[in-house]
Amino acid sequence: MSMDEQKAKPTGAAGADVCPSKRKQLDLATVKEQLEETTGPEYWRSLEELAGSEEFQEMMHREFPKGASEWLDDFSRRGFLKTMGASLALAGLTGCTRMPITEIVPYVRQPENVVPGRPMFYATAFTLGGYASPILVESHLFRPTKVEGNPQHPASLGGTDVYAQASVLDLYDPDRAQNVTYMGDVRSWNAFMEAARGPMSVQKSMAGSGVRILTQTVTSPTLAGQIRDYLAAYPQAKWHVYEPIHRDNVYEGAKLAFGEVVETRYDLSKADVIVSLDADFLYAGFPGSARYTRDFAARRNPDANMNRLYVIESTPSSTGMKADHRLPVKASDVERVARDIAASVRVPGVVSEREGWNLAAVDLLRHKGSSVVIAGDHQSPVVHALAHAINDVLGNVGKTVFYTEPVDANPVNRSESLHSLVEDMRAGKVDLLLILGGNPAYDAPAELEFASALKSNAVNLKVFLGTHRNETAELCQWHVPEAHYLESWSDARAYDGTVSMVQPLIEPLYGGKTAHEMITILAGQSGLTGRELVQSYWQKHAGADFDAFWRKSLHDGWVGGTTYAPKNVTLKAASFPESPASSGGDYELNFRRDPSIYDGRFANNGWLQELPKPLTKLTWDNPIMIGPAMAERLKLNFKDVAELEGNGKKVKGAVWIQAGHPDNSITVFLGYGRTHAGRVGSGTGFDVYPLRTSQTPWFGAGAKLTATGETYDLASTQGYQTMETPVGERPLVQERSLEEYKKEPNFAKEGEPREDLTLYKPFDYSKETYSWGMAIDLNACVGCNNCIVACQSENNIAVVGKEQTLKGRHMHWLRVDAYYNGPRDNPKGFFQPVPCMQCEDAPCELVCPVQATIHSSEGLNDMVYNRCVGTRYCSNNCPYKVRRFNFLLFSDWETPQFKLMRNPDVTVRSRGVMEKCTYCVQRISEKRIDAERADSTIKEGDLQTACQQSCPANAIVFGNLNDPNSQVNKWKAHARNYSLLGELNTRPRTTYLAEVRNPNPELETKASAERT
Amino acid sequence: MATNTQIPVADRRVPVIAPGHTFSTITEKISNIVLSRPVSLGWIFGFLIVFSMMNVLMMALGYLFIKGTGIWGINIPIGWGFAIVNFVWWIGIGHAGTLISAILCLLRQTWRNSINRFAEAMTLFAVACAGIFPLAHTGRPWLAYWLFPYPNTMRYWPNFRSPLVWDVFAVSTYFTISLVFWFVGLIPDLATLRDRTENVWVQRIYGLLAMGWRGSARHWHRYETAYLLLAGLATPLVLSVHTVVSFDFAVGIVPGWHTTIFPPYFVAGAIYSGFAMVLCLAIPIRAIYGLQDFITMRHLENAAKVMLATGLIVAYGYGMEAFMGWYSGSPFDSFLLWNRLHGPYRLSYMALLGCNILIPQVLWLKKFRVSTGWLWIISFVVLVGMWLERFIIVVVSLSRDFLNSSFGMYYPTKWDWMTFAGTIGMFLTAMWLFVRILPMISIFELRTLLPESHVHEATEVKQ
Repeated sequence: MSMDEQKAKPTGAAGADVCPSKRKQLDLATVKEQLEETTGPEYWRSLEELAGSEEFQEMMHREFPKGASEWLDDFSRRGFLKTMGASLALAGLTGCTRMPITEIVPYVRQPENVVPGRPMFYATAFTLGGYASPILVESHLFRPTKVEGNPQHPASLGGTDVYAQASVLDLYDPDRAQNVTYMGDVRSWNAFMEAARGPMSVQKSMAGSGVRILTQTVTSPTLAGQIRDYLAAYPQAKWHVYEPIHRDNVYEGAKLAFGEVVETRYDLSKADVIVSLDADFLYAGFPGSARYTRDFAARRNPDANMNRLYVIESTPSSTGMKADHRLPVKASDVERVARDIAASVRVPGVVSEREGWNLAAVDLLRHKGSSVVIAGDHQSPVVHALAHAINDVLGNVGKTVFYTEPVDANPVNRSESLHSLVEDMRAGKVDLLLILGGNPAYDAPAELEFASALKSNAVNLKVFLGTHRNETAELCQWHVPEAHYLESWSDARAYDGTVSMVQPLIEPLYGGKTAHEMITILAGQSGLTGRELVQSYWQKHAGADFDAFWRKSLHDGWVGGTTYAPKNVTLKAASFPESPASSGGDYELNFRRDPSIYDGRFANNGWLQELPKPLTKLTWDNPIMIGPAMAERLKLNFKDVAELEGNGKKVKGAVWIQAGHPDNSITVFLGYGRTHAGRVGSGTGFDVYPLRTSQTPWFGAGAKLTATGETYDLASTQGYQTMETPVGERPLVQERSLEEYKKEPNFAKEGEPREDLTLYKPFDYSKETYSWGMAIDLNACVGCNNCIVACQSENNIAVVGKEQTLKGRHMHWLRVDAYYNGPRDNPKGFFQPVPCMQCEDAPCELVCPVQATIHSSEGLNDMVYNRCVGTRYCSNNCPYKVRRFNFLLFSDWETPQFKLMRNPDVTVRSRGVMEKCTYCVQRISEKRIDAERADSTIKEGDLQTACQQSCPANAIVFGNLNDPNSQVNKWKAHARNYSLLGELNTRPRTTYLAEVRNPNPELETKASAERT
Repeated sequence: MATNTQIPVADRRVPVIAPGHTFSTITEKISNIVLSRPVSLGWIFGFLIVFSMMNVLMMALGYLFIKGTGIWGINIPIGWGFAIVNFVWWIGIGHAGTLISAILCLLRQTWRNSINRFAEAMTLFAVACAGIFPLAHTGRPWLAYWLFPYPNTMRYWPNFRSPLVWDVFAVSTYFTISLVFWFVGLIPDLATLRDRTENVWVQRIYGLLAMGWRGSARHWHRYETAYLLLAGLATPLVLSVHTVVSFDFAVGIVPGWHTTIFPPYFVAGAIYSGFAMVLCLAIPIRAIYGLQDFITMRHLENAAKVMLATGLIVAYGYGMEAFMGWYSGSPFDSFLLWNRLHGPYRLSYMALLGCNILIPQVLWLKKFRVSTGWLWIISFVVLVGMWLERFIIVVVSLSRDFLNSSFGMYYPTKWDWMTFAGTIGMFLTAMWLFVRILPMISIFELRTLLPESHVHEATEVKQ
């Protein structure tokens, strides 16, 4: 009862504020006029600057109400907290069921290894779409605070992805479901079991014919075993699987090629030539992306045998921006290109009249056995089959391409699976529906109208297990809070099949349950804990010494010997039928997972919402993305609201003109427009699921786009995305082709000033023990955004919300600038991570009136929060603009959950204080203290900054410049090493290794010939 | 009467004091404004307006202290917005007062005598308005005293290399000297008011402030020495304060800030805007209180000439900035020039050129210099232009600096505008009170302009 007070009141309080649709309508005509008056220079991002006055922004805000701003609306948040505080106090009076009175006493015997102030690391695994990311989790006195990659696991090697990095925030999300509820009312877990018992016993007599289990992708051997056992006992029951970001086409393609479902795994370390057929394999969400990024980046070294990447893609992606050759085509045309390549490499049965992109094929033929063709998950089965065939013909199988058992424990066609479930539901065949996670009411294919099927009374008992009270939970009678993976026992398979153990780092904060426990309830074997279930599965599959097996598996984070061995499959496909071409309508419509919030499951994660998407640098929204030529034809500009029609439905969204987007094609991103995501995610962006059917899960023809005359603010964190200015190009990212680089390796060093170019004698850092420096290899960086979230998590960086991001007040200490260069229809893209440069002659230090930013003898530009009075002079004088200011009280000092989440080694900043990247000074200090206690010094490899540690590409190196053997010294001695804005003589400690591209010289000649 | 109208100055243009005045008419006319003129409805109405504007400032500051500087439009990269723009603008306005009272005093420009009092008051109020901003713009204003070098347990000093610390010294010195100078100048007149009032309480207050002034020869002797010394002290401040303020920018490396021409260009700009403000105030006051005899067209014309001269220096400054943008060959500087002319704030820059360079050129024509209406309009335009100049320097430079990725835009919020309007309210409130409770024109100095004052001198010369 105490808890429902807590829950009910805040929702009411927030609701009063959130419900802006009833506010008065505003006059958009005046705004348009205002915009017309202030037409800006002909720049790509011109409209961005014209957002107009405060009134304008306010008006826009009211016109397009944003839940995001409520996040920032101090009044409602404070109000919420006050209410919560009050109800907590009341709960205290009446006696709280969840917090029994306990006495706090010191340990009589200190637990082994627990030293207050020293973190411990536990291996576990984060899963996304079923695929496990092996991780190590930092725990401060049993509070998980930070996720790191598991350096020993082949699927990570220390790298992570953005979702894993941000998952720790989900654990502490105050909007998580905190109670078992029945029709929205709080019930106890026992009451749920009581209620479930009756229907279950009925089902027992019917062999479970009325039972349907709907899961997301399951790779957990234990869970799959449990469900299979249950299905064996209840043979009439059915297991359905649905996930909006599914791999149906991958498996269908495998069936087409080999007649069976197989998993494809690539070894990019051996690939000299990589051809991507619309595969964004360097960004989180592509299974194995962390490992692929590592292998890919390692081969981008221009001094060794540098690889070459061809990308044919339908939507600009970070992978495409790294390509040496990129071909933007409509998604439906990728098949044609694939066919051209297949024909060119003489895949039997494939005929193509078109030459297509033949030189890529020539390159592939030259690298038989050391090339790879990767098809994207959203491409048609035929493209996958063609890719398999090409790899087969080139002899890549067994060298760069491997086929294994599917990682997915139940690789059924997702759409079909859900389809049959809905049919059964409507036919009244379902008595008991158990939905284990996911959010089908929000993300199911539109034509199924899953939500209405779920809402109808055709199903007697609907039980939902989920972390949040989301759209699906609203439609089920019972909602059981799901334990976060950091609270759970489980297991899961990585992209290569290796089983990772999932172990909890903390007791479930809200008594959450796991899918394992739910299945036991269903099977009537209550009382078993998650740990017992996982153990009992592995007892059957482990060797004799289970204890040793268990300890080792938990310690390492994975189970030895579970990696799937490559499987011999033979290509069966003799013909590759053309996919049915859908016609009608004007434009092709692409659906893509959102780079930040995936399918919508991370919508309530502030770190991810505010994470600038790799290319657009957009936060808090999804745009309607179109190419520049199409925008010109339709007279659409940035932020114009357009109406998108597809599948007979219409949605409105703001337009984003993306350089390099194929013409006559529109891309929209899934996951936004949630209504029940929580206080952070509800109401951000617009929902495109209504346009998405199971026939067109990824792309389809027949979309219409019409301007509405309205506008809508999109919060992008980057000013300009071109290095061009009207008075010339600024050499911010230095780039040459491999050929040019070989002729002139020192090309990037032009702007470097002489060392002695100062009136004052520089401080002699060489006499110090340490002299910290960083080097970032722009060639390796794939713009995956990992470092940003890792930094945010490590350094307790605040989330500011859309309104503040629009004003330019986001707080990221590390940003990744994305620049384009070249023709707008197909530019080159560059990523440049920008942390603090830790300049030796730091302009910021000179101007601070109170010495709040000063230099350490180790070369760090230290920021003394306590001393800062907030004149912001330092930021004005910082040429790199890496300083971030707490214009308001951005840090949440009140939410109790966030107090648990924070890194205790890093100050939580209050308002009025400047902050910036510190090179993770807390990590340096920790290691320095350790070293001093051992009467030693910090050695190479002891110390990593958070960005460096998380980087799957190994693009960041940090270390001691006074150690001649340090990696960072080796990088800085490299010909490609250059300082950003070196001519300002700030002597930055962070330097960059210039980018070298490896274009096919023949293709370059052809292209330049075409141009002239 | 006719015998007394002979003006002992060679200059026979418009006199600095209208014919027909004697010691007693001057004293009467000026002191009566304070002592016996009834409080008019107009004054009360005006006061209510400016006082409510001042209260807007209090509200804006109150909310600022509660919430933080985020209520303004500033961001990263534009860390300084209206606050610093207004600070520099107000400080600049103050300069005219000091120039008139100190430099013109040393140069024996006696025409200054009828306008120096309220010009000094204007300085004081303007500096007070300016002084609000350095405090208010800090993120943690309750700790702003850390900018002062005071002994503390942290054994921590401010960073003497930072121009903001120089600012603290420059502005606080300036305020102190201006206050002392102004007060010292008031003493003989306070005594006059003390002697002339019939209300015993008013007499006591003025008596207290007059510090026992009896007007003896020894008093006068010491007084004039002290006044001259203070004028000598204040004179370098006219140059130093805005020079130091310009260092805030010139020391920074931001394109558009990092310029050696800033100190003279800022000082000229300050005097430019200061004289504009003097005219903006003098013209209506003169009309309302019938002071055309004391503040004559000669004064207005002189002020207009100063404006014209300083305006040309400012124009030269703009020209040099543009020239250096091209001549330096620095891509950042040349982009700065391009951005001012074509960037998103180009309208501000065009308005700046119009207000500060183009329009004031009409002052070459005597017709405009002797028309109070035109003068007032031109002065107002110059005030707007000088405000825009600071806006261009502070905001536009910051909005486009080195990394294209960090280009940003600044949109002032209602709180920015409220703070700005509020300081104008505070300034005018102080002026409103000043004209009613203190002699707005220096009585004793004005009396020295009468021929009678020079009889003795003339005799001495003859002997």
